[in-house]
Amino acid sequence: MADNGDDDNQYRIKEGDYVVLKRGEIFKAVQIQPRKKVIFEKQWIFLDNAVGQLYSTTFEILSGGNLKPNELKDSASPLDAVEAGTDNRNIVDDGKSQKLTRDDIEALKEKGLKGQDIIKKLVDNHATFGDKTEYSQVKYIKKKKKKYENTVMILKPSCRILAMMYHGREPGKICHLRYDTLAQMLTLANIHAGSKVLVFETCAGLVLGSIMERMGGYGSVIQMYPGGGPVRAGVESFGFPAHFHDTLHEFPICHVNALLAGTLDTSAKDPTAENTHEKQLNLAAEKEQNQPEAEEQGTPEEESMETNTGDDAGQDVEKMEKDKLKEAKAQVKKLRLEEKQRRLAATAALLKGRNADGLVIASRFHPCPVLLGLLKFLSPSRPFVVYSQYIEPLIECFKKLRECGGTVNLRLTDTWMRHYQVLPDRTHPLLLMSGGGGYLLSGTTVATDHSKPAGSKQAEEPAPKRQKLEDTEG
Amino acid sequence: MSFVEYSDFIQDGDVAILYLSHNNVMPVKVQQGAQTQTRYGVIRHSTDLIGQRYGSKVTCSKGWFHVLHPTPELWTVALPHRTQILYTTDIAFITMMLELKPGSIVCESGTGSGSLSHAILRTIAPTGHLHTVEFHQQRAEKVAEEFKEHRVDHLVTVRNQDVCKDGFGVTGVADAVFLDIPSPWDAVGHAKVAMKKHGGRLCSFSPCIEQVQKTCEALQDQGFEDISTTEVLLREHDVRTVSLPLPDFGPDPETTEEATPAAAPNHASITLKTTTLPREMPGHTGYLTFATKPRT
Repeated sequence: MADNGDDDNQYRIKEGDYVVLKRGEIFKAVQIQPRKKVIFEKQWIFLDNAVGQLYSTTFEILSGGNLKPNELKDSASPLDAVEAGTDNRNIVDDGKSQKLTRDDIEALKEKGLKGQDIIKKLVDNHATFGDKTEYSQVKYIKKKKKKYENTVMILKPSCRILAMMYHGREPGKICHLRYDTLAQMLTLANIHAGSKVLVFETCAGLVLGSIMERMGGYGSVIQMYPGGGPVRAGVESFGFPAHFHDTLHEFPICHVNALLAGTLDTSAKDPTAENTHEKQLNLAAEKEQNQPEAEEQGTPEEESMETNTGDDAGQDVEKMEKDKLKEAKAQVKKLRLEEKQRRLAATAALLKGRNADGLVIASRFHPCPVLLGLLKFLSPSRPFVVYSQYIEPLIECFKKLRECGGTVNLRLTDTWMRHYQVLPDRTHPLLLMSGGGGYLLSGTTVATDHSKPAGSKQAEEPAPKRQKLEDTEG
Repeated sequence: MSFVEYSDFIQDGDVAILYLSHNNVMPVKVQQGAQTQTRYGVIRHSTDLIGQRYGSKVTCSKGWFHVLHPTPELWTVALPHRTQILYTTDIAFITMMLELKPGSIVCESGTGSGSLSHAILRTIAPTGHLHTVEFHQQRAEKVAEEFKEHRVDHLVTVRNQDVCKDGFGVTGVADAVFLDIPSPWDAVGHAKVAMKKHGGRLCSFSPCIEQVQKTCEALQDQGFEDISTTEVLLREHDVRTVSLPLPDFGPDPETTEEATPAAAPNHASITLKTTTLPREMPGHTGYLTFATKPRT
C-alpha cells in the first residue's frame, strides 16, 4: 500500500513528543529529546532514531543504546524442528539441563547477538528440551523471550496506557488508584466534551489528564488545589495539543470560603488591553531610566578612562547590562503576577455561578470536607465521584450526605478485576490478581430543599415495607 | 436536553429521568398536556415538569421524588430492555480500554437495547461518529427512534444487517470496534476492514469462555496484537449503623470503689458505622477481550 506522506504525519514520532516506552507489561513515560540518555529496564537508550518513525513501532536496542526499527516478525520459531515429550515424569530438575553458563550468555550478549538468536542457542544447549511437553516448550520460550529480547515499543500516550503505567510503577503517587477504578470514575462523573468539571486530585495529574482527554479540548476543567500551586506533572505525559491547556484552570482552595461568601477580592486589572498599554508605559519608563544612568556612568568612566584598562570599561558596560537585566526581570515578574491575578479572577468567575457540571475528587486528603466544600459549586442534577484508597472516609461522606440532603443515588462501590490466559486447552485466570483498587462514592446532586434538613426517604437500612404517606415538606 | 449536552430547564419533548428511589428510576417523555402515573401518584407534565429545573423535587399525592437530567448511566438502569444489556461497570472499562474520546469513530454490533451505544455517543461527541449494526429489524428501528428522541441521531448511523456477513458498512475509518454477538470470531475479519489503516482497538464481549477462546484464535490469525481477556465486577457496599452489645462477665474483682457501677454492663453496646455486602451479588456478566490492530 502506498504511504500517503501527509496522512501519516500525525502518526509519526516527532522531537519533543511525549511518548510511552513499552516492553511486555512494563511502561515508562518519557519525552523525546535529542541526545538525551533515557533509562528503561536497566538499559540506557537514546531515542534519537525514533524521530520520524511511526508510533507503535518496535525497536531493537543496539549495544550503545541506539534504536533500530525491528523489521522481521518471528521468522524461524525456535520450535520448528524440535520433538516434544508427553509429560514430566522423567524430567529431573537438577539445574544442570542448561549447558550454557551465565558467562557464556553474557559473552553472546556482548557479541551483539539478537535476543531471538540467544534463545535459539539456549534451546540448542538444553539437555532435556526435547523431553518437555509442547506446552512446556512454548512456556519456556516465552519466559526466555521476556528475559532476553532486547526490544522496546514506542507508543502514543493515552489515559489507558498512562493509568496502567502509574499503577504498575508508582502506585503511591496516585493513591493506589487502579486503572479500572479510574475508568469507573470517568464514566460515573459523565465526563464529556463541553462540560465544566471541578477536580481535586493528588494523583500527580493522572486524573486531571484523563478528564482532559475525555473532554477533547471542549468545555473547561477547573483544578482546585491545596497549598501553593497545582501539581499536575502527569498532565504533560498525555502530550495534549497546546489549545487543550486553554481549557484548564486552577483555583486555590484557601480562597473557596471567601468566594462562596462573596468576599473574594479579584481586583486585578483584567482587560488585556490595559495590560499592553501598561507594558508600553513601563518599557518607555525603563528606557528613560537607563539613559540618565548611562550618562552618569559615562562621566566617571571617562574620568577613569585614562587610568583604567579596556577591561574596566567593559565591566562598567557589564554593570549597565546587569541593571537592565534586573529591570527586565522585575518587569517580567510583575507581568506574571498580573497574569496570575487575571487568571484567578477569570476562574473565580467560572465558579461563582455555582453551575459546574461535575465533580471528581481523588486525593490523600480526607474526602469528607473536600466533598462538602466543593459540592456547593455544582448545579442540581449533576454527578460527583469521590475516590478513596480506604473505605472508612467514604462511609463518613455517605452519612454526612444523607444528613445534609441535596444528593440522590448514592453508591459506595469497588470493582474487582481479573485477567485470563486464553490458549487452546490452557485457558484459566491468571495466578495473581490485584488485591484492591480503592473505593468510590458516587451520586447525583438535586435541588436543595431549604425547608427542613432532609429526612431522607432512601434509608440506608433496608427500606421499610410501607412508604411514608405524608409529605416531608415542612 | 440531549444525552450529550446538559441543559438546566425541562422542556417539551425532553426525555427526563424520574428518580423514584434507590434502584427505581423511570424515563419519561415530556409532553405538553400529558400525564404519567407513578407509585406516588400522577404527575402532570405541563405543571410539574415543563419549565422546572432538572434536579427539582416533584410532589404528588402520595409522596415526592426528583427529576433528573438524562445521562447514559441513568439511561442504562432506566431503559426498556429488548435484550440483555451491558451495565455501567463493563461500559466504563470498555470506554477506557478502547481509548474512546471526542472525535473517535466507533463501530459496534449488536446494538441491542442501546445501553452501550448511548455511553459511546456521549464520549465521542461532538465530532465523532458511531456506526452501529443490529440484525433484528424491530430492534434496529426502535433504537434509531430513541437516538432521535435523545437528540443524538446526528452522531450515529444504524444499519440493519448481519455484521458477520456484511460487515459494518464502512471501510478504513474506525478507531475502535466493539463486538457483542454470539459468534464474534466471524466478525473479526470485518472489524479489521472497518478499522483505520494505521490501527485501532477492538473489544469483544462474550459470556462463555468457549466463545472467548475462538475469538482469541481468530484475532491471532488476523494479526491482532496485545490480545488480553479480563473481567470486571462491581461490589456495592451498603452503609449501615450497627449496634454491637458488649458481654457481661460480671463485676471485675480487681476494681476499687471508684469503679462506676453507673454504666451497667448489660446496657452497654458499641455503635459503629460500617458497610455490609449484599447477600448475593452479580458474579459474572461476560469476559472482555481487547486487542490492538497494528498498522496494515
